[in-house]
Amino acid sequence: MRYCSQEVLAERGRNVLLCTAGAAPARHWLDSGALAMEYIRTPKVENVRLIDRVSTRKAPLGTLYLTATHIIFVENASEARKETWVLYSQICTLEKQPTTATGCPLLIRCKNFQVILFIIPQEKDCHDVYISLIRLSRPEKYEELYCFSFNPKIDKEQREQAWNFLDLKAEYNRMGVPNSLWQLTTVNRDYGVCDTYPTEIYVPKSATPPIIVGSSKFRSRGRFPALSYYNQGNHASICRSSQPLSGFSARCLEDEQMLQAIMKANPGSEFMYVVDTRPKLNAMANRAAGKGYENEDNYSNIKFQFIGIENIHVMRNSLQKMLEVCELKSPSMGDFLWGLENSGWLKHIKAILDAGIFIAKAVAEEAISVLVHCSDGWDRTAQVCSVASLLLDPFYRTLKGFMVLIEKDWVSFGHKFTHRYNHLDGDPKEVSPVIDQFTECVWQLMEQFPCAFEYNERFLIHVHNHIYSCQYGNLMCNSQKEREEMRIRERTHSLWAYLWENRVDYMNPLYRPDHSQTQGVLRPVTTPYYFKFWRGMYNRFEKGMHPRQSAVDFLMAIREETQQLQEELEAQEEKIAKLEKVQMKNGKLLPKPKGRVKHFGPSTSDNSIANTPQDYVSGSVCTFPNESPLQQLDMENSLLILTKETLKCSDPDLSANSDQESGVADLSCRSPSGGDSLPSEDSVKDPDSDEATYVAA
Amino acid sequence: MEFSEHIKTSYVDNVVLSRPFRPPVKGTLCVTSHHLLLSSRQEREQDADLDPDEKDGDTLELLLLLKGIDAVEKRSTGSYGTITIKCKDLCIFQLEIPGMTECLNIASSIEALSALDSVTELYPFFYRPETMKIEKKIPEGSSEEFFGQIAHQADKWRLSSVNKDFSVCPTYPEAVIVPKQTSDEMLMAAAKFRQGGRFPVLSYYHKTTGKVIMRSSQPLVGAQKKRCQEDEELLGEVLNNSERGFIVDTRSAQLAQQARITGGGFESKSNYHNWKRLHRNMERGKNLQESLIKLVDACNDQTHNMDRWLSKLENSKWLSHVQSTLSTACLVAECVEREGCPVLVHGSDGTDTTLLVTSLAQLVLDPECRTLIGFQTLICREWIQAGHPFQQRCTHLALSHARLRNEAPIFLLFLDCCWQLHHQFPLAFQFSETLLIQLAQEAYFSNFGTFLCDTEKDRHAFQVKEKTFSFWDWMNNPAVLKTFTNPLYQRNELVIWPSVWPHSLHLWQGNHLKMGGVVINGLEFSPDEKKLAAARGHAGYKF
Repeated sequence: MRYCSQEVLAERGRNVLLCTAGAAPARHWLDSGALAMEYIRTPKVENVRLIDRVSTRKAPLGTLYLTATHIIFVENASEARKETWVLYSQICTLEKQPTTATGCPLLIRCKNFQVILFIIPQEKDCHDVYISLIRLSRPEKYEELYCFSFNPKIDKEQREQAWNFLDLKAEYNRMGVPNSLWQLTTVNRDYGVCDTYPTEIYVPKSATPPIIVGSSKFRSRGRFPALSYYNQGNHASICRSSQPLSGFSARCLEDEQMLQAIMKANPGSEFMYVVDTRPKLNAMANRAAGKGYENEDNYSNIKFQFIGIENIHVMRNSLQKMLEVCELKSPSMGDFLWGLENSGWLKHIKAILDAGIFIAKAVAEEAISVLVHCSDGWDRTAQVCSVASLLLDPFYRTLKGFMVLIEKDWVSFGHKFTHRYNHLDGDPKEVSPVIDQFTECVWQLMEQFPCAFEYNERFLIHVHNHIYSCQYGNLMCNSQKEREEMRIRERTHSLWAYLWENRVDYMNPLYRPDHSQTQGVLRPVTTPYYFKFWRGMYNRFEKGMHPRQSAVDFLMAIREETQQLQEELEAQEEKIAKLEKVQMKNGKLLPKPKGRVKHFGPSTSDNSIANTPQDYVSGSVCTFPNESPLQQLDMENSLLILTKETLKCSDPDLSANSDQESGVADLSCRSPSGGDSLPSEDSVKDPDSDEATYVAA
Repeated sequence: MEFSEHIKTSYVDNVVLSRPFRPPVKGTLCVTSHHLLLSSRQEREQDADLDPDEKDGDTLELLLLLKGIDAVEKRSTGSYGTITIKCKDLCIFQLEIPGMTECLNIASSIEALSALDSVTELYPFFYRPETMKIEKKIPEGSSEEFFGQIAHQADKWRLSSVNKDFSVCPTYPEAVIVPKQTSDEMLMAAAKFRQGGRFPVLSYYHKTTGKVIMRSSQPLVGAQKKRCQEDEELLGEVLNNSERGFIVDTRSAQLAQQARITGGGFESKSNYHNWKRLHRNMERGKNLQESLIKLVDACNDQTHNMDRWLSKLENSKWLSHVQSTLSTACLVAECVEREGCPVLVHGSDGTDTTLLVTSLAQLVLDPECRTLIGFQTLICREWIQAGHPFQQRCTHLALSHARLRNEAPIFLLFLDCCWQLHHQFPLAFQFSETLLIQLAQEAYFSNFGTFLCDTEKDRHAFQVKEKTFSFWDWMNNPAVLKTFTNPLYQRNELVIWPSVWPHSLHLWQGNHLKMGGVVINGLEFSPDEKKLAAARGHAGYKF
């Protein structure tokens, strides 16, 4: 049986964890026949140390388990049995470092930017874990992916319903198409014209099937110009395609007619923009290969524009360099800023945002339609179109709208998720942080417009996490065709419905949909100093680096509290009304109850925002004397263990997860072993970590 | 009146004022002894957004304290002269003046009147708001007041009036808190052994551990390795028998060593038993000023090039200074809170980096300092009364090309660090970022006398408290106080340990990016907000 239930796996996993003998249950575990199990050379290693580079806490000692889907590290010491879960699909690189006196270090870098360093006492164990993980983290077939074995407690009907949560047809209707200018074409019904496009595509009314087919033959991989966004107010639209096969002189009448049709679909406009998102040099180079860009002379009434966004290889290297900066052991301010500059990452983010702004401006202010393409029209084009849509339309700044946007511009138009995010063992040159950059663009906009987005940073981070987790089927495969062949809808679960269910966690308490600043088009400033390093993403697991209090979380708590009080009030009022009725009947009058019925301290628990001092000593400026007592400081001794209640409120990330020990079920998600949460994400349950509190008194 | 000597042209008509992000305005420019004004006659009926009462009559477009002007640049274009005015709150605007003579006259008036030397000629001595009264009371945040708060616990300390008439140390207030066992004679002897007479005094008493932060200036050890028994005894008194203490020297070991050549130095291990010295290299003086100038230059860069911005930001080293300041302050806090040891902080003079460190450590340690009142008293006690030479340090900000003398943005660095703490603990402070921005301005130019002079002695001599209004009195007016209050405030009794990782420190956009005009979050201001912003931006002058 291939699809071993996650519940069962988790249950068995727990048995293993609780059993000290280990061997017998592991044997029993293997019976489940999960595909992954045969690659596990050693299911359990004891006396492993987990090194946290930011925390000053002593590295905890624990046991490492390899399960069918996760690496699990369970600490020995703490009563709470703190666990760290890492999904195999999140593993990006593995590095076995030279053995030292303490053991053999194994460095695991994850795609969600978690960096884990284990010290395994025996070289042989380390090697076994290493070899196992290498295979487990690089599945060769789709069937091996987590989404095919992931099975939360949801019945079949619910699962199917979840897949209908988003409907792109409804989205195009919302935009106002089909209408007298735009129509749905069935030309790609069987993926015959373009196998990386969806079946349902919107084109100008005057674009007849022969024009579409003709145009598609003149475009890289048949990706002909198709509607991405339609601005109902002024008829201007954003269309997308791949590069034309123009070479040095080739022309295509149908393609020219196609562009003409797009322009005509915007009555009153005299020209349209064709935006090539590549640097000019790259586009020129493509001409030699029979590809290239539109010649303004051949197309009537187009204005051609290059916007230099670099290709996926440059972006991959840039991210690599920036992550090196994030990983620096104890960087000085200068190291950090120099490294950030040198990586060029923020420059690329700015380029993408600038491109989006250009298009949004053309559509909103000039009422001019835009055709966007890059080479294949599935990376930079997707980035730029979705940024522009987000700037133009407040709907995409809502929770559901963002999901729709990803479905529309990324999923349906064949963004190659599997290749770009390395879901299967494949060509490393295909891997690139394309959607990561889009996500960051959204975050940068959120920083500039704190009231304009219904969702919060956590939502972006969780979506990002699931792009890599392979836990849900939505963001799998390279095209819609492939997803259909894999029967993704029948065999996996949908991410969007799951996120929607937990929307309470993802709401931005500052969202003001009715505010003048959040309506209509966003006009961000793109001067360099408005671009910030996104610590919440790239260093999200280094908890010591993050602000210790979050205004957003606090406001969310207050909002929830208010709601509860409101409900309480209503309930009490109902009771009073009932009582009064009874009294009227009895002909007696009782004094009305005075004061508040129950006192909720809305924020007392937030006072306990937990915190410990950092290592202020090992700065680059001066080294602290060795005999200093500060270094021998025994943190554990001075710790005051928090009650579960305060802990829950004090750490937003913890509260996003359930607390196994206290048994407090949270709204957001179940425990990792419940299989329905983000295991690698908030899997650290840690009542006495650095997040714990020192009470001054 | 001698001010009039500086004013050759008191007003000019048809001057065009251009500010970033706002349409140019034409009006009458007027120079008075302390202000620059521009009022426009209303010909703007098309501007329907304005209030009816603003539609007719004059509108005051600009009311600027001349002291707030950091630099003036003049340029001529035909018969017009253009003056570019760069303010100490980092705003920049232009005035187009018809007539070259008028332009030159105005410019020279501004230059002369914005750099008045005598304290008593400054605006606070002329400012007479109708709604306020000058009240003579114990200055806020005095040692007496602070001692009153801790007296019941700190039984090993006493209030000394050895510095009455400022005779022992001209930069200390009249009352200081010292170890109980130390006599005034010992203090006088110790003062002779410390630069500027700044003998070790109590800066902060941590109620939780009963440990203290003290501050002083460097000991005058010199090349001959001089000693002072009284000074050694004074510090000895602070320690319990077997206890250890830390001396945090805000200079590098090398700098401290070099200071001996000029008569300064540091406490040697052998003479100060059980005191452990830690050196932290903190930037000061001219270098710090240059760092700010580079930062402001980076923020002003118009090329909009990402690489250039980041490299200029790095090159300014400002954030590095923020980082080292915060981590030194946290080191001190850690010694007091975690180690339970007393700490003595000093650099050379004990009036700059020393105060930076002791005040920030208190902000980290003590929830009381994070309240509106507590923060006021902290600034009074640790900056104003403790003798930070505001007048010398805050003459010019970063836009002037004037030759620098003693300028250094130490106080601005303090406010920046406060902002970093605020940013990391948005709920822990009762005051808002607005107060920090306001203070950044008050220190450089103000209607109030609070930040005038270098020392209490000078303030005494010029009768600042009798003749000027206090910023704190103005600020504590409920309507004003509201604008400085953090709506998210939740009193937090804990120590707030910030992260000093480079990843965690940010550019203080609210203050350092003001030169682009008021741009917040890329949003255009509605008329209401514009007014609010204007009121805020000029709160110092308009009452």
